[in-house]
Amino acid sequence: MNAMYPSDKAGKSPRVDMGTYSQNAFLLVVLGLLWLIFHLMTLGQPGQFLSPQNLWNLSVQTAVVAILVGGMVLVIVARQIDLSVGSLLGFTGMAMALLQAVPPIGQGWPWPLALLVGLLLGAGAGLLQGYLIAYLGAPSFIVTMAGLLVFRNAAYLIAEGRTVGPLQDGFLILGGGLQGSIGPFWSAVVTLLALAYTLWALWRGRWLRQRHGLSVRPFWVDLLITLFLGLVFGSFLWVMNSFPHPVTGLGRGIPVPVLIALGVLVLLHWVSQRTRFGRYVYAIGGNPEAALLAGIPVRRVQVLVFGLMGSLAALAGAVQAARLAFVPTGMGTLLELYVIAAAVVGGTSLAGGSGTILGAALGALIMSSLQNGLVLMGVPTEWQNLILGVVLVVAAVWNARFHRRRI
Amino acid sequence: MSLPLLRAENVSLRFGGLQALDRVSFDLHEGEVHSLVGHNGAGKTTFIRVLAGVYTPQEGRILLRTGDGLEEVRFASPRDAQRFGIETIHQNLALADNLDAVANVFLGRERVRHLSLDEESMETEARRVLERVGAKLPSLRVPVHRLSGGQRQAVAIARALLFRAKVLIMDEPTAALGPGETARVKGLIRALREEGLGIVLISHDLHDVFDLSDRITVMKGGKVVGTVRACESNQEEVLGMILAGEAKR
Repeated sequence: MNAMYPSDKAGKSPRVDMGTYSQNAFLLVVLGLLWLIFHLMTLGQPGQFLSPQNLWNLSVQTAVVAILVGGMVLVIVARQIDLSVGSLLGFTGMAMALLQAVPPIGQGWPWPLALLVGLLLGAGAGLLQGYLIAYLGAPSFIVTMAGLLVFRNAAYLIAEGRTVGPLQDGFLILGGGLQGSIGPFWSAVVTLLALAYTLWALWRGRWLRQRHGLSVRPFWVDLLITLFLGLVFGSFLWVMNSFPHPVTGLGRGIPVPVLIALGVLVLLHWVSQRTRFGRYVYAIGGNPEAALLAGIPVRRVQVLVFGLMGSLAALAGAVQAARLAFVPTGMGTLLELYVIAAAVVGGTSLAGGSGTILGAALGALIMSSLQNGLVLMGVPTEWQNLILGVVLVVAAVWNARFHRRRI
Repeated sequence: MSLPLLRAENVSLRFGGLQALDRVSFDLHEGEVHSLVGHNGAGKTTFIRVLAGVYTPQEGRILLRTGDGLEEVRFASPRDAQRFGIETIHQNLALADNLDAVANVFLGRERVRHLSLDEESMETEARRVLERVGAKLPSLRVPVHRLSGGQRQAVAIARALLFRAKVLIMDEPTAALGPGETARVKGLIRALREEGLGIVLISHDLHDVFDLSDRITVMKGGKVVGTVRACESNQEEVLGMILAGEAKR
């Protein structure tokens, strides 16, 4: 039996692929080191990096990119790119602002209706771009670059160049301002439920594999993962509930935009790992011809990926608009570059076929930590952006060097 | 003579101005290996892709045996062909290199339970099929680009044998293999023929073709040059047909 399909590396037979695990573990280590360094550099001043206040702020600052980055991972995995997300975010955010702001500038609609219309606009714009790319064969780089121009200037035109606001109080909750957190009690409920579900899924998965007679990770590894998850969820809850609200004096709890971002990331993680749609996105990225020969509806999947990206741009647009309360015409300018950068730092390959939602989430956190830490240290903006650029290049070279596909 | 498993009648296919297939007729019986030979660009791969449901021909028809008669079928996608028991191992294996063996074996036919992919049952089933083709993989959960040529071949074959196929199409199944692995694939082809499958084989190796086939069809320029019985012909005759583009007899 062995003679027919011998293992190409005699003697070595890895039972579990550590590829993406080790990559994400590495990103975690980088993030930890970064936080430690920033904390040490800011020890002597009133606002330290690892203080509940700063970490709470960091979470809100990461939210918008975190909402977008999962969609971008799927776009890039499918061998496409979307340069229009910043502009689409600006356009949909502006539309939602105009619809809910009071006349004469706005329409004065109730904000949930404005939000719904904005989300539909985003989804529609994404689907349209996807259609042009998948069915009419236009390259995604060009289509979405055109989208970048069109949506940015459409935002300017519908607002007649003005900054639009104020937005309604209910809508502002999405931005995580003073009213935009869920408080200590609900934060505890949400966090503990999420932890319970995660652990249940982990151990149930192990039990299912054992019942089918399949190989499982060593028991101590799963135990270690359990402890680690408990630690992460616990610290998260502690940080969120330790930053006091200026009026009530109680902990603020999880900001709504962070809740939205986490929800989006969990959903996309599940979609990418555990659904047919996700499987097809990766198959198309790995070998488009094989996907076609396997009967996968390649074009439909591509259109849906762009539709998803457009919807997420609108969702992020709502959050960003609510954060600002007054929406400027330039909202989201260059944001697509930060999103792509976060995906690349998170291990997504622009060649397509590889990248994880979890990695990209860590990438987004690393990028915003860098920015936040450098601001705390008082580094000027020019140096911040220069350093971000260097980090991006290092990440790209690292990916190319150590994760080169062997074909 | 019994009804064939599959029959193609005057199948024509154009890509823009290019006449890729010109009135190709072909049939395949139970327990038969019917080979397609010819130069590159003769239309062999295009033709089997019509049988596999990848391309839809503009003219002609495809008939399948159903019960005691032949019935015309139209394939809108490879899944339609698979539904009728036609499985294909494509040239270059057509694997998604970034996905693992389980995902490749089930690609396009994933099992879903409660909205989620049923990974456990797919892995169990994939392991069973891979054992049947005699494959020994280091792990079913590494991306297949980390596997050797023979192991990748095993994944492609397992993919085709996952369901009860009636017709198996193999496009250059041994092109990337060493002599030992080639011999095992040939053994597998013979075993499957014994089980009653009809096998369409594309190969450039005339020695292998004569070794395995019951009948051989020669193609050139999108047309069928002629069909011979392997036991009544020889390599020189078939080579002559490939080169000249016409049958001697």
